[in-house]
Amino acid sequence: MSDTKKLAIIATKGSLDWAYPPFILASTAAALGYEVQIFFTFYGLQLLRKKLDLQVTPLGNPGMPMPLGMDKWFPVALTALPGMQGMMTAMMKQKLKSKGVASIEELRELCQEAEVKLIACQMTVDLFDFTPDEFIDGIEYGGAATFFEFAGESDICLFI
Amino acid sequence: MTQFDQELDATGLNCPLPILRTKKTLATMQSGQVLRVIATDPGSVKDFDAFAKQTGNELLESGEEGGKYYFLIKKA
Repeated sequence: MSDTKKLAIIATKGSLDWAYPPFILASTAAALGYEVQIFFTFYGLQLLRKKLDLQVTPLGNPGMPMPLGMDKWFPVALTALPGMQGMMTAMMKQKLKSKGVASIEELRELCQEAEVKLIACQMTVDLFDFTPDEFIDGIEYGGAATFFEFAGESDICLFI
Repeated sequence: MTQFDQELDATGLNCPLPILRTKKTLATMQSGQVLRVIATDPGSVKDFDAFAKQTGNELLESGEEGGKYYFLIKKA
């Protein structure tokens, strides 16, 4: 047994805001010398697609800051209006960029460069009728047992 | 000021990029060489301390100069 530390992550969310934690933590852990695997299941599979179209939604998300103090007078229910999600996603991307935060594509590439193992849950790939050509190259496929093989000997295990 | 062999400009970048770029740059350097990193992310002050402790690369010096943070790291 090596004394390399191990980090196992389950990524289950497919929105822009929830895409950051798994890739930030995985790339940083890899830089600190950890061996890392991320298991992508359910909506988390979106994060492995070649063409990312991740959105952030203000709908039912009262904690999300709105531009120009809109949240002071704009009822949360009205965030269901057409175009709101696109607008908020564009705003969030602009903010991330202006603050020097990496894009998800960039963080994902950095993870792959650092040999973070990305595993797609075979069961949900089939469930959602995804095909391997929709996903980026270099990923693996596996089931729950595959996850436990690594997670069972991990030092840190996160469900995101 | 301590001498250094290479410099990495990580200004304008936010977590975790300064650490990731540092790791990448250190990989191209020889053991014992010193890297100077400049960053503007205030979170990097604690992060570089933690990075040094966990990777064994020694943090020789750190500080602030005109609103920018700098770190001198000796490759293990």
